[in-house]
Amino acid sequence: MSIDMAQFHQVFFEESFEGLEAMESGLLNLDMGDVDDEEINTIFRAAHSIKGGSGTFGFTAVSDFTHVMETLLDEMRDGRRQITQPAVDVLLGSVDCLKEMLTAIQDEQDIDEGQVSEYQKALETELNGGEQSSVAEQPVAEVVADETVTALDVGAGWKISFSPHAHMLKTGNDPVRMFRELSELGELKSTIDFQGVPDFYDLDPENCHLSWSLELLGEVNEDEINEIFDWVEDECDLAIQSLSRSDESSEQVQTEPEEATDKSDTVAQPKEESSPANTEKTADKVEKQATAKAKKDTKPAAKGSSSIRVDTGKIDILINMVGELVITQSMLSLVGENFELNNLDQLKNGLSQLERHTRELQESVMNIRMLPISFVFSRFPRLVHDLSTKLDKKIELVMVGENTEVDKTVVELLSDPLVHLVRNSLDHGIEMPADRVAAGKPEMGTITLEAYHRGGQIVIEVKDDGKGLNKDVLRQKAIEKGLIDEDTVLTDKQTYELIFMAGFSTAAELSDISGRGVGMDVVRRNIQSLGGNIEIISELGKGSTIAIHLPLTLAILDGQSIAVGDERFIIPLGSIVESINIKKEMINRVAGKGETFRLRDEYLPIVRMHEIFDVKTAKATKLTDGLVVVVDGQGMRCGLFIDDLLGQQQVVIKSLEANYRKVEGVSGATILGDGSVALILDIPGLVRLSNQ
Amino acid sequence: MATILAVDDSASMRQMVSFTLKGAGYTVVEAVDGVDALNKAQTQSFDCVVTDVNMPNKDGITLIADLRKLPKYKFTPMLMLTTESGMDKKQAGKAAGATGWIVKPFNPDQLLKTIKKVLG
Repeated sequence: MSIDMAQFHQVFFEESFEGLEAMESGLLNLDMGDVDDEEINTIFRAAHSIKGGSGTFGFTAVSDFTHVMETLLDEMRDGRRQITQPAVDVLLGSVDCLKEMLTAIQDEQDIDEGQVSEYQKALETELNGGEQSSVAEQPVAEVVADETVTALDVGAGWKISFSPHAHMLKTGNDPVRMFRELSELGELKSTIDFQGVPDFYDLDPENCHLSWSLELLGEVNEDEINEIFDWVEDECDLAIQSLSRSDESSEQVQTEPEEATDKSDTVAQPKEESSPANTEKTADKVEKQATAKAKKDTKPAAKGSSSIRVDTGKIDILINMVGELVITQSMLSLVGENFELNNLDQLKNGLSQLERHTRELQESVMNIRMLPISFVFSRFPRLVHDLSTKLDKKIELVMVGENTEVDKTVVELLSDPLVHLVRNSLDHGIEMPADRVAAGKPEMGTITLEAYHRGGQIVIEVKDDGKGLNKDVLRQKAIEKGLIDEDTVLTDKQTYELIFMAGFSTAAELSDISGRGVGMDVVRRNIQSLGGNIEIISELGKGSTIAIHLPLTLAILDGQSIAVGDERFIIPLGSIVESINIKKEMINRVAGKGETFRLRDEYLPIVRMHEIFDVKTAKATKLTDGLVVVVDGQGMRCGLFIDDLLGQQQVVIKSLEANYRKVEGVSGATILGDGSVALILDIPGLVRLSNQ
Repeated sequence: MATILAVDDSASMRQMVSFTLKGAGYTVVEAVDGVDALNKAQTQSFDCVVTDVNMPNKDGITLIADLRKLPKYKFTPMLMLTTESGMDKKQAGKAAGATGWIVKPFNPDQLLKTIKKVLG
């Protein structure tokens, strides 16, 4: 039977990456003084599973590498080896190395052998440097000799004396199975010895009381016979004698368990127990295997396929929902078959049920795409651990709301911006321990990562109790860099936002940790591309909070549909502040800067939708005739001049970029209930347009 | 055809075992750890159990010991999936009542051969 193992690769990669995450967070949580058994067990189990899986699926380089890690972890788990920080660091590095190996295999790339052998050596050094494990060292020569003997033992046949212990049947081992296998090797003659059978009244039917004398004729290797009795060697008395030379070379197989085990161990994997001098060679060999295997194995990996793990509970809800939908559908078709006017109520009832179920179904389907944000957060303990060691700072990372669910796409795209923000907090935010103490703060700084839902949005905050942003320094820097004029008046908020400008860096000396200030503008762009925004709250000496606001999902949007002439547009509901009819006295025309109107104490630019989108059929061309919708795009407001507000509805976003090209002021399109297409407005884009 | 309980916390291994055995005509029920397996074994009946050793919640060896205490599994073949480095595990497994073992890494053919061996 041939089975294409490639079909299991994707699952193997997924669970291996999960296992590596578990190993990493477990290693970071290890408390040197007082090691939690369950913690080290979890780490060991993850390594063990990866080794088993990679071996089975043919990724030999990975399984060889993991084998060394597993051995080290096993000794730590058993208490045979002290858990030390250097050992944990080597293991953490090896986790990274394994991640890269697996990613390379998955992407059909070559494994970085230099790195692999470097970590393998580090692991082996760690393994040899600590207490020697109690593995028996069997000289290789002996093994060879052993094999030669067995090879010679192929003769005319074998005499086997087999006396099962009374309880053998209770391990599920049936002598008949062994006889069947023996008879497949050659001609089998058996004689039953009834001597052990007790009197009828003493007979326990669950015990085995019989013994057998067997003769196996033919060219049979002794190893093949041993293999058949391998499982029961402790549960029987077994003697195997060669028929041809029974006098000289009778060999008692009924050896002590340890010895037998050790022997089979040595035969199976002599290189594992090689002395340190042989290690280099082994590593070489592994490397060669790695190259050969990497080339061979990678072909079938499902490249770039994106999959998602879904809680079965969510699927059950979905199935339930479909069930309801089917019931409603059959009810409606029943109404439709013999429709009379007095059935109208029933029809309406059915339709409203249909609407409800469709909505619920939609919600449940969307829910499937939702992943807990812990997928992103989980990489931070390691990051903070590594960077704080590097910077000699003492930092505690607190994570709140890791189970908050976000759309899969958001999870994927959020990772890099968050890394940047956390690095910034580590590098620029938190002070050196001495400075903190001098400022009357605890020596240990705190960085808090928090996620929560608020009004249809998800908010992610990166908070630190560091030195906070210094407005004067920011301002000074911006002037120096020529980003603002000396006489520019800025609000606090605008001052903080300076850090999002390209080419801005506040660190007195550039470090390799948070880079050269090229990041924050990119961070903001990334967040904006997800339809979100980013804001800074900071207090000098107390710390900073950077909050990212993101839509819950990128695929569906709560929208307000509006009319401009015959055209329909969708405004994201979250960005609408209010809608007003404006009066003549509110309107202001500023020469060269277009139209504005006064809303309470603020002057807002007006965007005439019919002009921007060139709608000839617009009903209202005079500002006082139509409606003005005040919208907010990333803290900037403007008024959209439209004909009319229609209804609120959820719309499915179709990308315009994927099908056409990017259009300024439009974030996508959707198909309305009547089949017509409506453009979804990109409010920040429109606000930018209005400012130009 | 016989019904087999396949226990492994690793989804890929579980799928591989299950797919291989189903392909050979066996009915396979999967369990993700010892606790799940014990629950399933109590409500259904199996002709053979194939279990991983290292699993969270309840490991394979404890599972085998627990199953052996149930009258209906007194003589049922129970195989553990173990790695070469887990030789000491074989002894522990045998003491708990395991019939035998399959050494990881194994391929579908080896698995099938062993299962056929115990199920006849």
